[in-house]
Amino acid sequence: MRRTVSARRVLVSTALLVFAALWALPFIGLVVTSLKPYSEVILHGWWSMGGTYSLKNYIEALQSPFYNLMAGFRNSFIVATASTFIPVLLASLLAYSLSYLDFKGKTTLFVSILFMMSVPQQMVVIPLYMLYAKIGLLDKLLGLILLHSAWGVPWITFFMRNYLKMIPSSLVESARVDGASETTILMRILIPVITPAVIAASAIQFTWVWGDFFYAMVFLASPDNWVITQRIALLKGEYHIDWGLLSAGAILALIPPLVIYTAFRKYYVRGFAGWALKG
Amino acid sequence: MRGLEFLVFLLLPLAVLGVWVVYPILATVVLSFTTSSGFSLGSHIAVVTERSPLKALIYPEPGPYPPWGALIHNALWIAIGLPLVVFLGVVLAYLLREAYGSGAVRSVIFLGMVLPGVVSGLTIRFMFDADIGIFPKLFSLLGIQELAKTWTIYPQTALLALILGSVWLWLGFSVTIFSAGLDAIPKSTIEAAIIDGASPVQIFFKVILPQLKPVTLVVTLMTIMWILKIFDIVYVATGGGPGGSSTVLALIMYTYFASALEYHKAAAVATILALLTLIPAGLYIKSVLAGEK
Repeated sequence: MRRTVSARRVLVSTALLVFAALWALPFIGLVVTSLKPYSEVILHGWWSMGGTYSLKNYIEALQSPFYNLMAGFRNSFIVATASTFIPVLLASLLAYSLSYLDFKGKTTLFVSILFMMSVPQQMVVIPLYMLYAKIGLLDKLLGLILLHSAWGVPWITFFMRNYLKMIPSSLVESARVDGASETTILMRILIPVITPAVIAASAIQFTWVWGDFFYAMVFLASPDNWVITQRIALLKGEYHIDWGLLSAGAILALIPPLVIYTAFRKYYVRGFAGWALKG
Repeated sequence: MRGLEFLVFLLLPLAVLGVWVVYPILATVVLSFTTSSGFSLGSHIAVVTERSPLKALIYPEPGPYPPWGALIHNALWIAIGLPLVVFLGVVLAYLLREAYGSGAVRSVIFLGMVLPGVVSGLTIRFMFDADIGIFPKLFSLLGIQELAKTWTIYPQTALLALILGSVWLWLGFSVTIFSAGLDAIPKSTIEAAIIDGASPVQIFFKVILPQLKPVTLVVTLMTIMWILKIFDIVYVATGGGPGGSSTVLALIMYTYFASALEYHKAAAVATILALLTLIPAGLYIKSVLAGEK
């Protein structure tokens, strides 16, 4: 069968590669623009591949005390790292409870978690803003971390639970017979088995928190606390856009999620499928 | 089960969810239905009947092009974006199965899913820029001068630029889910069709598409939910402008909240947005629960 369709296969592959090249163009344009003086880009367009290439835009974007990207990076790293560890831990506990513990209202809890997964971010910020103002969490990274962490729990729970369902329950039952505590079962027996799920969930959660702009904008007012996405938005300027500087900043902000995606590509993509589809 | 473990395994995560998810959701609903003097539909009525194009959910004097109001913009976004996402997603996923170099193509298409929303918004602004963007350049070469300008700063084109840009971003999701769906189709059904002499096109429409129905539903519902909540790319690429011609629900909520400090109205917009999201969310949950059995 394969031999007869091979000409077709080459044709389809070529068409797809052309499509991918076109699809990548905006991104390629951004990269090239970030590596050239903007005056040249305006004059000849980024698609004329010749001309001067340099890292000048990057250096300028990084060094400018006004944009202060480094502070943004530092804050984003703190927020995204903490907001990945905490919900993965909490969601593991909850997913374990849903899978192996007996308690009343389990189905209700599961359905509630599915609902929480789909609520828009806009639905929680006003009361939390007022609450944070009262208890002094406003304009603090900790406040943002706690919100991101809680917000990650529902989808990671659902994701982990789907994964746990594929594990034969005899594994847990025999450990219980041997007298292992729930903590031992989760940490020693299950986590090693579901490591791919933990990696996938962590990678996706980190990317999402890193990319968040809305929560950060609501809760972090002072520039010292801004995360990188807020910094990049500021880089745009009101009327005149220096695309050289802006594209360099955008590429810099994109590097951490891109590295994570590249490193964990298989888990990442499978994780997405597992998140949307069941099991 | 021992008490302490019960506390940690179940009550700790639930307490966190209670404080940061459940409580604020309920409080937002309450806030949207109250004023200082008690229960009121006032905020909801006010935001729905708002006439200013910068805040209108439904603009009362619609012209031939936007502003038409955030609700209409979101609906239009679904009407244009969703079919493109589903159609391109299923076709690409199908073609990618047999293609050489499919890994590279998938990576390129998936890239949009990894971009932070702010970077996505900038990229959209970039690709529709009159001086350096591809789309205006293309139309300039074709001699269509109306489309050879910066799309994001004209009311005729701003919303369309965002919609097309969002397809560029979200297609990776659709292709990934459809690919997973295709992998789950038993090979035997396709082989049987080949033996019966079916052409690849026939196989696609008669054998594969019917079996992709549940996956198509998931892609459709997830895409609708994503479009309803869209915020970052609009904020960065157009700011909802010019003149409110590309506003969306989430942006209106933020406008009431941050610029106007009208918390009750902001809560009302958020509640309306959440109610709209409940429709696809409910259907999605139904499909998940059906799969549980």
